[in-house]
Amino acid sequence: MTRTTLTQASGPAFTRILGLGAARGELTVTNDDIAGPIDSSDEWIRQRTGIVTRRRAAEGTGVLDLAETAARSALENAGLTGADLDAVVFSTVTYFNQTPSAAVVLADRIGATPAAAWDISAACAGYCYAIGQADALVRAGSARHVLVIGAEKMSDIIDPTDRSISFLLGDGAGAVVIGPSDTPGIGPTVWGSDGSRAHDIRQTHSWLELREDPSLGWPTLRQEGPSVFKWAVWQMAPVAQQALDAAGVRADQIDAFIPHQANQRIIDQMIKQLGLPESVAVARDIADTGNTSSASIPLATERLYREGLVHSGDLALQIGFGAGLVYAAQVIVLP
Amino acid sequence: MAHSEQEILAGLAEIVNEETGLPADSVLPEKSFTDDLDIDSLAMMTIVTLAEEKFGVTIPDSEVKNLVTVADAVSFIAGAQA
Repeated sequence: MTRTTLTQASGPAFTRILGLGAARGELTVTNDDIAGPIDSSDEWIRQRTGIVTRRRAAEGTGVLDLAETAARSALENAGLTGADLDAVVFSTVTYFNQTPSAAVVLADRIGATPAAAWDISAACAGYCYAIGQADALVRAGSARHVLVIGAEKMSDIIDPTDRSISFLLGDGAGAVVIGPSDTPGIGPTVWGSDGSRAHDIRQTHSWLELREDPSLGWPTLRQEGPSVFKWAVWQMAPVAQQALDAAGVRADQIDAFIPHQANQRIIDQMIKQLGLPESVAVARDIADTGNTSSASIPLATERLYREGLVHSGDLALQIGFGAGLVYAAQVIVLP
Repeated sequence: MAHSEQEILAGLAEIVNEETGLPADSVLPEKSFTDDLDIDSLAMMTIVTLAEEKFGVTIPDSEVKNLVTVADAVSFIAGAQA
């Protein structure tokens, strides 16, 4: 008896980003606005982080609203509609509904139903994780067009009296559409995790602990700032270099460096460690937007375009890193 | 080969000078990194990492808060070489 042979899917050899969209919170929050409860000052915050203002969403604006604005813009820039999407991958740590996922609700809002849709939890590396997934989905023939979105309302998990991370955080969303390409547009994703350092960036307590003891109050974020700084610079710069090597590109051949916008001091040290020449445009959106976790890389990319520092077809090195600890980097061709 | 405390002090002073622009001869054993040299926690992590590379030692993150003065750092590095 002969067995029936399965058909397995296969896809195009290459992928690229087809369009990008971004949305920032409506409110501009200055350092003076938040310095009081942390006994700090505009000067201290600027010197420590490079942040001058951060963008936060108004009370009535949810993470899905930010996501929808960014997603619609990404689709428009890609020349596509929601109906063209086969998958929606949504990275967030600030969607406070256990199930169903943010991705399915967003997919329906933008007319993408019945696209496959799911959320991923990879914090500040989530956007680059999702790019890696989307690239693989298209090349494997599992989807033709994938919407990747990083959207966060970080202001929902801040403690105004916390001096470790809350003052850095902002709200926003960034989205891209990934699809087939005639030429290589997304380099290999170099990624990983280190759960032994789960404590370094953490939620103060779990939802179950809150249920047991309501006096704990709403959970918020904390980080071991100096330890994370050291990890981000001296362990992530080599990861960024690996992404360059994997893509077969030298540091002096890229047009832009777009790291997760965690802290200006981290960005400055990474540039030094990577030995990036001055010809490389460096994303420094953190100064006015703050740290928006998984949204920070696409938001920073949008700003580089707006300021005329990058153009379609440019090569960019992007790297996300954060709570987990987790990280992911790849070289991309800008849409 | 292990570095003497004198060599470690000179090496640290060089690192502090490169990172902060402070004159190397202001990096004296009794000086406090924070209060006298105005080195914040992130700059301290940079100095610690460069010192690890220079002297071939490991300085755990949890130990850094105990390195209050330059002498504390010199003696930790000297001990960690063994």
